[in-house]
Amino acid sequence: MSGIFEAITATDNLTLLMKIGIIFLKIAVVLGIALLHVAYATYWERKVIGHMQVRLGPIEVGWHGFLQPIADGVKLFFKEDIIPANADKPLFYLAPVIFMVSALTSLSVLPFFDRFVIADINIGLLFLFAMSSLGAYGIILAGWASNSKYSFLGGLRSASQVISYEIAMGLSLVGVMMMAGSLNLSEIVRAQHQYPTGMFAIPQFLGFFVFITAAFAETNRLPFDLPEAESELVAGYFTEYSGFRFALFFLGEYTAMLIMSSIAALCFLGGWTIPKFITDAAPFLLNVPGIVWFLIKVYSFMFFYYWVRATLPRYRYDQLMAIGWKVLIPLALFNIVLTGTLRIMGVL
Amino acid sequence: MLPELFFGYYASAIVIFSLLVVTRSNPVHSIMWMLLLFFHIAGLYLFLNAEFIAAIQVIVYAGAILVLFLFVVLLLNLREELKVKKFIGSWPAGLFIAAALLVIILSVVKSFVPGPAGKYSIEFIKQETHTKALGTLLYTDYLFPFEIASLVLLVAIIGAIVLAKRKKGN
Repeated sequence: MSGIFEAITATDNLTLLMKIGIIFLKIAVVLGIALLHVAYATYWERKVIGHMQVRLGPIEVGWHGFLQPIADGVKLFFKEDIIPANADKPLFYLAPVIFMVSALTSLSVLPFFDRFVIADINIGLLFLFAMSSLGAYGIILAGWASNSKYSFLGGLRSASQVISYEIAMGLSLVGVMMMAGSLNLSEIVRAQHQYPTGMFAIPQFLGFFVFITAAFAETNRLPFDLPEAESELVAGYFTEYSGFRFALFFLGEYTAMLIMSSIAALCFLGGWTIPKFITDAAPFLLNVPGIVWFLIKVYSFMFFYYWVRATLPRYRYDQLMAIGWKVLIPLALFNIVLTGTLRIMGVL
Repeated sequence: MLPELFFGYYASAIVIFSLLVVTRSNPVHSIMWMLLLFFHIAGLYLFLNAEFIAAIQVIVYAGAILVLFLFVVLLLNLREELKVKKFIGSWPAGLFIAAALLVIILSVVKSFVPGPAGKYSIEFIKQETHTKALGTLLYTDYLFPFEIASLVLLVAIIGAIVLAKRKKGN
């Protein structure tokens, strides 16, 4: 924090202006690329699931439907904005904004490749948890402020689901924190590069399993998409939203998926690095920029999201709670004890 | 100058948000102001270079406790609550007690002296990172109080389970 004061009060104004300019440029680049990724994540999801179900997916707009996300965006932008009677207007307006902002703010601490991060803070991982818990407010408020029973039930379901799985997700990453000895995401990636296997997913396979499951529940995705179960709740917490406010929820959800994929890539799959034994065997791979490896990992995780959605049916609500509290949390706690013991013994 | 400005903003914002929390007639709105209040308190912690405490403040208070508040409030019947003009009739007495407390606090502010600078200076924290410094201290010098605190929390958890669990046959 005092670093900010030093930066702002520095006598050399030119470098200060340049610093601020660089930060703004970084924010613009990250936001632009992330939102483009979000738009095309929806396209790929429809394409991938379409082919898995022996359909074609979007095909009409542009080459192989490639302009579909843009057409959807334009459509949503010009749709009528409907607000239900007796809705709590200020909170109804606020809810999608909170949801979207909490997802976009998380982008600021993610290192996309070596030394490219908007804010390289020491508590990066905790910051991500804090922002993901803020996102829950958007969902609960949307459910309550809409003055609709479907929305309200969806909001309540989502709130309890997110709280339950947040614990499991936090605990699953404690193993990674212990292995890396840091909460800074860049430090975690560097620690993985130093580690013999090059990825924490191998020694931390239990933590990785818990993280993946909790990540699906945190982002309200199948098989845990009960908050927006369309067969019983129409669309859950955003039933009453239309036009651009609906688009904000939609974008926020896909941004949250991208962020979860990035956390998986950074904390378990080695981020922008690849294991040393691979680069030793094939040295020419060192010339590939780090962002390529990072994106490959993120895309694979996103593909996994789609794959699971096309494959698994939805869980019942009591099953969801039982998995969270009776399976994932004990597993994550066991993983922490195991990691700690092995670290003390010097095995890991 | 800048630190004073920052502190002044956070301090006045915290006071204003606290007032808004207790004066809103809609409990959900109160909770939203409280959320903003918690974020400002986290800002104050950041201001003190206590980044770990700031993050935990947001995760635990805003992310868990306040969501549970919201849960309880959402299950209330708000239509009746909103019609109540004043929740308490004896607000002049409360105002008097609050004013008296303010006078007492203001009168002792003069005798406030900053504590002696110890080992944990800002430079030390910056080098060690706040999380590491706090963790080391908590698990060595203050291990016993830390364990007592966790035991107290465990008792509360078990108590809650005992109260909430249905007896068989009922």
